[in-house]
Amino acid sequence: MINLTINGLAVSVEKGSTVLEAAQFLGFPIPTLCHHEGLTPYGACRLCVVEIGEGPGARLVSSCTYPAEEGLKVRTASERVVRARKMIIELLLASCPQSKVIQDLASAHGVRTQRFRQEYEDCILCGLCVRMCSEQMMAGAIGFRGRGTERSIGTPFDVQSDVCRFCGGCMHICPACQLRCTYNQPEKAICNACANLAPPCIEKEQYGDMMCYMNPCVACEIK
Amino acid sequence: MDTKDILDIIERNGKNHAGLIAILEEVQEECSYLPEEILRLVAKETGRSLADIYGVATFYKAFSLKPKGRHCVSACLGTACHVRGAQKIVEEFSQELGIKPGETTPDNEITLETVNCLGACALGPIVVSDGHYFANVTARKVGEILRDTREGTFGSDGAPEEHPFLIEVSCPRCGRSLMDSGTSLHGHPSILVTASMNGKTGWSRIPSLYGRFARTHEHAFPDNTIIQLSCPHCASSFQDGSRCVECGAPLATMRLADGNGVFRICTRTGCEGHLLDLGRAEL
Repeated sequence: MINLTINGLAVSVEKGSTVLEAAQFLGFPIPTLCHHEGLTPYGACRLCVVEIGEGPGARLVSSCTYPAEEGLKVRTASERVVRARKMIIELLLASCPQSKVIQDLASAHGVRTQRFRQEYEDCILCGLCVRMCSEQMMAGAIGFRGRGTERSIGTPFDVQSDVCRFCGGCMHICPACQLRCTYNQPEKAICNACANLAPPCIEKEQYGDMMCYMNPCVACEIK
Repeated sequence: MDTKDILDIIERNGKNHAGLIAILEEVQEECSYLPEEILRLVAKETGRSLADIYGVATFYKAFSLKPKGRHCVSACLGTACHVRGAQKIVEEFSQELGIKPGETTPDNEITLETVNCLGACALGPIVVSDGHYFANVTARKVGEILRDTREGTFGSDGAPEEHPFLIEVSCPRCGRSLMDSGTSLHGHPSILVTASMNGKTGWSRIPSLYGRFARTHEHAFPDNTIIQLSCPHCASSFQDGSRCVECGAPLATMRLADGNGVFRICTRTGCEGHLLDLGRAEL
């Protein structure tokens, strides 16, 4: 067992657990987007920042990737943490303003203004779908491609993957996915996962083999 | 390049995580780009997902998924080059070639690339053509560079063109050949001499490819020390009083086997000083 202090409370957690797991187990809420039980920690969204250490040596780390250490002093909601978190949410909101998950986060954390230009991206590159595909579905059909501003998630060579089983796991887990449904352009769909699910909009001719994961669909506006 | 070559490359580099970049590098060297079917084969053989391998191949700028031209022209767009007008030069290249950076001319001759820094900022703007560097390039020089590139003046494999020049030497005293065809260095017979320092004596091998001086010694001599080189047959020393122009250390002198000149090499370990004096039969 490892003894550490979270928000002034002395606790002990099992060896090998992360700060995030320890805090969540004890009931301290830490928001996350890219963390999911059953998938390896990735540390992409940075929403789970916490402050460790004391005085001038204190620093912000992502709790989902930081292992609990003996004697560690963690603050999950210090002023610095809250400020950093609000900034991250504002930036995420700017890249995917249409995502319900991010909108809810912004609302819950009191982010009321939007200072950055909205990009309407359909991906925050959190890597959940990539990990879902390879770690839980054992498929590895999608992955990161390119780097920097060109970085994207998709299938190799932009063709439908031959290892994808259309399980829909990637869409299920995506926090920004609402617009990833490509309704009448099936060739643009990441894996055609939606084609496998019960389609409410199948009556519409051009959506014959497609549907979006949402029920009712929020993207294609077909009720 | 067939399947067997790819399997060889994979076998050589190992199928573990660390070998992937080395495998892709070798494939790129062979094919000049990474063809889709080879990436699929690499994925199958290494047991990793194609998505993983595609991710690595698209992450590094050194890898290309599109075939490249015979010649490669890269213009530096680093900060220092940029403020000296590198953008104009890139535009000039684009216009002359009719392609955008990152593309290849339709005749598959020239690939135009931009790089972010070549580490020679004082010389900017810089353009590299097939491994040959041009400093202080102006838009006016673009046509000239392209003409020379097309003519293949700078080689086509990205490295400066090499003219392998083989030398064959013998002892100036006893006249016996110093060539040892039993052991080759860089694929050619090596020059075998005796090297001694502080009472330690052993053989020393010099590649017979002129310009390559990665010497191997029987004993490990410390860097930057002067060793005595002598004939393995008659044991006479090769030092004849001439001095290296690079470091001033004594030069060892050997006679070319055809008797038409001498070959001199610096006796200081680590120094690459050498010269070939043709048309001098006597010492």
